[in-house]
Amino acid sequence: MTEKITLQDHQLERQIVLSRIIIGGVFVFLLLLALFARLFYLQVNQHDYYSTKSDSYRIHVQSVVPTRGLIYDRNGILLAENIPSFTLSIVREHAGDIDGVVEIVSSLITLTGEDVEKFRSRLKSRSVPFSSVPVRYNLSEEEIAKISVNQFRLPGVSVEAELVRHYPELENFAHSVGYLSSITTDELQKVDPVNYSGTHQIGKSGVEKFYEDILHGQVGYQTVEKNARGQIMDVLDRTDPIPGQDIVLHLDSNLQKAAVDALGDFRGAVVAIDPESGGIMAMVSKPAFDPNLFVQGISQKDYALLNDPVLTPLYNRSVGKYSPGSTVKPFISLAALNGGFRTPEYTVHDPGWYQLGNHKHYDWTWWSNETGHGTVDMQRAIYQSCNVYFWDLAMDMGIDEMHDFLFRFGFGRNVSLDLPQASTGTLPSREWKMATMGESWYPGETINSYVGQGYTEATPLQLATATMLMSNKGKWYRPAILKKIGTDSNTPLESKFLPDIEINNPDHWDFIAESMEMVVNRGYGEEYRTYGSAYPYIAAVEPMKYRMAGKSGTAQVIAIPDDYDRADEVPEKYREHAWFISFAPVDNPKIALAVFIEHGAAGSSVAGPVARRILDAYLLDEEGELKSEYRFPQISEEGDESNESIPAEGSLPAEGSLVRNASGETINALPANDRQLATFNE
Amino acid sequence: MGYIGKDLGRRKSVWESLHIDYPLLIALLILLGFGLMTLYSATDGNISMMRRQVAFIILSIIAMLFMAQVDIRILKRWSPWMYLGSIGLLVLVIFYGSVGGGAKRWLDFSLIPRFQPSEIMKIVLPLCVAAYFSKRAIPPRLKHIFWALVLIMLPTALIAIQPDLGTALLIAVSGMFVILLAGINWKLVFSFLGVAILSSPALWIFYMSDYQKQRVKTLFDPQSDPLGTGWNIIQSQTAIGSGGVYGKGWLNGVQSRLDFLPEGQTDFIVAVLAEEFGLLGMLFIMVLYLVIIGRGLFIAAMAQDTFSRLLAGSIILTFFVYVFVNIGMVSGILPVVGVPLPMVSLGGTSILTLMISFGILMSIHTHNKTLMP
Repeated sequence: MTEKITLQDHQLERQIVLSRIIIGGVFVFLLLLALFARLFYLQVNQHDYYSTKSDSYRIHVQSVVPTRGLIYDRNGILLAENIPSFTLSIVREHAGDIDGVVEIVSSLITLTGEDVEKFRSRLKSRSVPFSSVPVRYNLSEEEIAKISVNQFRLPGVSVEAELVRHYPELENFAHSVGYLSSITTDELQKVDPVNYSGTHQIGKSGVEKFYEDILHGQVGYQTVEKNARGQIMDVLDRTDPIPGQDIVLHLDSNLQKAAVDALGDFRGAVVAIDPESGGIMAMVSKPAFDPNLFVQGISQKDYALLNDPVLTPLYNRSVGKYSPGSTVKPFISLAALNGGFRTPEYTVHDPGWYQLGNHKHYDWTWWSNETGHGTVDMQRAIYQSCNVYFWDLAMDMGIDEMHDFLFRFGFGRNVSLDLPQASTGTLPSREWKMATMGESWYPGETINSYVGQGYTEATPLQLATATMLMSNKGKWYRPAILKKIGTDSNTPLESKFLPDIEINNPDHWDFIAESMEMVVNRGYGEEYRTYGSAYPYIAAVEPMKYRMAGKSGTAQVIAIPDDYDRADEVPEKYREHAWFISFAPVDNPKIALAVFIEHGAAGSSVAGPVARRILDAYLLDEEGELKSEYRFPQISEEGDESNESIPAEGSLPAEGSLVRNASGETINALPANDRQLATFNE
Repeated sequence: MGYIGKDLGRRKSVWESLHIDYPLLIALLILLGFGLMTLYSATDGNISMMRRQVAFIILSIIAMLFMAQVDIRILKRWSPWMYLGSIGLLVLVIFYGSVGGGAKRWLDFSLIPRFQPSEIMKIVLPLCVAAYFSKRAIPPRLKHIFWALVLIMLPTALIAIQPDLGTALLIAVSGMFVILLAGINWKLVFSFLGVAILSSPALWIFYMSDYQKQRVKTLFDPQSDPLGTGWNIIQSQTAIGSGGVYGKGWLNGVQSRLDFLPEGQTDFIVAVLAEEFGLLGMLFIMVLYLVIIGRGLFIAAMAQDTFSRLLAGSIILTFFVYVFVNIGMVSGILPVVGVPLPMVSLGGTSILTLMISFGILMSIHTHNKTLMP
């Protein structure tokens, strides 16, 4: 040791280390200078670039979804509201290992395979990066708590509160109010994408769809500062959205419910129209569905149920087209009077069949006891629904005359304001057949058309509209669900758009109305079949408190061969559709109604009582009396008008056919020619 | 030998009698203060973290002052035993170490707080290598270089298998600095570097793991994996660049406050500093580092014997490497390795170790002027 120390040259060693230290110092200085140069480059040369980048990471412009307008019925009852709901969403960019995160989430709250599947497809289809994608809707309080406790394990996961649509009336307005559901890519192309930037749902059907623009409102914006996990830290700037406007509908919840109840388990539809405005007060289609199922995405299981091929709950039967059967007879009768083809007194002999060429058309009476009505005039043809009379008329009047007249009543076209999905039905004519089938018209087809069969098809909405026109003597109001926009505005929508129906002799309105009143009210007489076809099922069951006019219809679904044994039970799907159109009170019409029952088999006996139950519910008060506001305007100043309630001149009382007017006095409902008619027998 | 010991009649200052180098102390205190300020912002005013950091800093200052009192020759005499003891602890880590973050780095004895033996080795290795050369003539002969390399590689290997490649390399570097300062022939240095460069592809293929490779790739193209390994570097460069010349102001940095910048309190704290204090702030802290390093080099140059010079030089150059590697990686000119910014990043152990080495520097500066062998 000592030897080595003595060998060391301290001065030399000092020089060596010192020189190395100096070299080291120079290196240190140069490298620090290099670092500084790098920082200078980033902070001076690239400053603008990185400033923008920094802002783009943290500052986000978000759309603020406008609150959707509420939907009220005519009485101010909410049909569609917005309720808060909590949604679990994930921002893909912040989640990192997305599968891991979804797995943790599913260990905390219930996630069905379908939830996960839907989330993945939404994730794929989203177009905006850093946008949150919903995983599950409708979290419970407990689930929210579980998520927030585990938030640290769930990057990119957030619970978002939003208002979702809710339909408190559940199934009742499924077809009329409609529903909201997720916007599809196609739909997004039809709307302003900016305005819908934060909106997840769009009106898919009914009022929700038609008045989407009014209900949706105008999107707002906010500039927010978000942290790396996507949480909003601060709102820097905000432009408030303009909420959608509330709308008030003509629909009447009470009437609608009464219609739903009256239909019971039948499949079918009810449309009720206010003859003083054209407002659709009830629009029921059964079976229906709960529209709330659709709002946040319907499960495949539920959707499969809604696609049942027989029940078809999604299909709106109230605007679907069906053969109207005998319900067209009052309108055709009016056409015959107006065109001078028939007078009220003209009679036809009905042996139970009508021969055209070498084919015999049998009437419904034939199938019960192989006979006919005998001598039939127009009124009896209506209240007994005699086909032979109309077949005979068909040959005189022809198809085009019927087409032109019924067209004025809204058949063959969709005149509704806000039901674009409504079918136009079919109102055949020579021209129509040539255009659609390239064939000329055959007389046998006229025969079918005159009893609402064959090509002729109409919707419950069209029949209700036509009935409205019959009740208000041709005053055209456009059928509409919407009453007004905004709850405080008082100006009703302009619903005049078609010229009123003028007929040569306005008395004919009353004549047809009387005939329709007889359908319901004309009681049993001495003679064969002189009662109203619906009398046994309506007025005979319980005395009427108001004057009701109606017409039944029983429309064949398939052509039944003449040799078919009608004693057999007909399978349900081949049974006739049952119709009943009506309006009341006759002297002061407040409601026009069409009831349609799919495969209901018989108009008078099946659809008739349903119609009466609905009218009773609407017109009668709690004591079962006609509500005072629906009573015929009393006496004096309007004395002339009151005469209109008295049936045609010269009519005589007839037993069993008494009807009561609003004030309770018994009046004679039988027309002059009844006596003449009563003398006939088969 | 008292004639030298009396320092040729110069009057001893109060600082010298307390064995404190006040320029170094002041520079270190300013740095620590600035560091605490930055950390306060980076932790978003987390009081418990700050309290812990301040406690460690006080402890570290005490440890530094204590080390300054210890005569350097005692360390020199005991260095072989300290080396053997540290190696022993590193071996213990292999068998009994506790696992954290996928690596075995800690020793956990119930009586004393758990610690990383590799931290002790940071101090002991340069001490031991310097002691080794001080007993032999320099420039060193090849044989001695070889044995010095053995001394270096043994702890390096033990730490590398923990695995803690970053610390292993930095410890190796601190030993290498001793060899460099000892006057190793430049031809040897360059041929060594040449071999290292030539063997790097082999290193790439056989040694480096995928994540290490990815880090190197990320250096050249951060956008290749913007949400993965590239995220840190993109966010830190964004923070630095958006700071501009004057910065966004203290507590106004958004990159870290909004959690875009990961590890903003530890390895990436420079990004917070650069964002809030701008280029001027960076200039300030780099000048501080330069003052400390310059003072350290001055102490090394003024040291009275080879051991002290080698030790002081190695300590201060290693300190520089920490600074350079950290700022280099955060600003995107070096790959991301887990190196904290000395005296600033959250984490007491690193500060304690560094302050102990600064205590040694002070000891060198204040002892060997009074006493010479």
